[in-house]
Amino acid sequence: MLGPFFAVMRRDLLLAWRGRADVLVTLAFFVIVVCLFPFGVGAETNQLRAIAPGVLWVAALLSTLLSLHRLFAQDHADGTLEQLLLSPEPTALWVLAKIAAHWIVTGLPLVLVAPGLALLFDVGQGVLGVLTLSLALGSPILALLGAVGAALTLGLRGGGVLLALLVLPLFVPVLIFGAGAVDSELGGTGAAAHLLLLGGGLLGAIALAPFACAAALRIAME
Amino acid sequence: MLEAEELACLKGDRLLFRGLAVRLEAGELLRVTGPNGYGKTSLLRILCGLAVPEHGAVRWRGVEVRRDRESFHRALMYSGHAAALNDLLTPLENLRFACAAAGDDPDEAACAEALGRIGLGGQIDLPARVLSQGQRRRVGLARLFLAARRPLWVLDEPFTALDVKAVADLTATLSAHCRAGGIVVLTTHQDAPFETPPRVLDLAGVAC
Repeated sequence: MLGPFFAVMRRDLLLAWRGRADVLVTLAFFVIVVCLFPFGVGAETNQLRAIAPGVLWVAALLSTLLSLHRLFAQDHADGTLEQLLLSPEPTALWVLAKIAAHWIVTGLPLVLVAPGLALLFDVGQGVLGVLTLSLALGSPILALLGAVGAALTLGLRGGGVLLALLVLPLFVPVLIFGAGAVDSELGGTGAAAHLLLLGGGLLGAIALAPFACAAALRIAME
Repeated sequence: MLEAEELACLKGDRLLFRGLAVRLEAGELLRVTGPNGYGKTSLLRILCGLAVPEHGAVRWRGVEVRRDRESFHRALMYSGHAAALNDLLTPLENLRFACAAAGDDPDEAACAEALGRIGLGGQIDLPARVLSQGQRRRVGLARLFLAARRPLWVLDEPFTALDVKAVADLTATLSAHCRAGGIVVLTTHQDAPFETPPRVLDLAGVAC
């Protein structure tokens, strides 16, 4: 039963490796957007420290959005999606594999470089752990929710803009709790509550999003 | 075995056909014909469960396919209009993935042998983007050799872009599949050299 899961995962990671340039664009976008802020708001450290969590999170959210439309587009165009939908194994399973591979390629690098970028904002060493953890829990939620949007807008004209309008409002709770976790750690109240909520949200998204995505893909293919 | 009754297909706001009924027993080969835009591809997509008919039902071994999608798709091999090839992968990688996605897991040697039989032995390690149209089509058709135990083959324009010899080989493969008790449904505009003329379903007869 897990055959298609691993086949899809292996293939998508291999494809990401062969088309590395596409992947690097997302990461470069994240780094550049974050680096623009100190230029824009000035080098006042207290101010930079205060906006750091929000800036990093909004930048992560926008970079996620940038790569989302690629999730199913190529497979839709070349007919692979048809073949996958005809697989006797459960659709939600290989959809989850696609999303997981997509997150490893586009989300994980953001999580890894975020602590380095946070240093630009003079964020204290003690908070870096919470920042990384909040992104590690939150960015997969963004990928899962975004995948549903990508499936719903598949094959539509102007799908890219529609996708942004569709999923950005859904990203708001993740943004609030993600940036909030870092904020409350900076404020000294501890980030446990925010991180637990993010973790809960992640589990909920893993359980539900693949099924919503599978249903949307079936509709899109008709 | 495969049975469709009272099928109607709506594309946009146009009714393509209605009242289409067809029943295929083991060993039969059905050729769907009709002018462009009469719904040949739509019919094949309905038969294999990718699209839902406006009216009517498709049954496999007496069970409606939507009720038991899993076992129906375990019995089905579909080759669509698009070849389902990714340009960045080699034919071998594409074929192995196509099989794995369908729930089979042939080893690399079996896939390489299937590609050799279809005449792509020398192109196994090239990226698919350098292949010609005919060669791309052949990669998709190589799956037929690995899907022999799937009784139902649904093929959309399998002869397109193939050379004369490849067309003859493919017809032989299809006939052999039918002799072994399989069912083949295909669309084509070409006159394929079948030994016994296949059963023909002309969509012009049920068009609206």
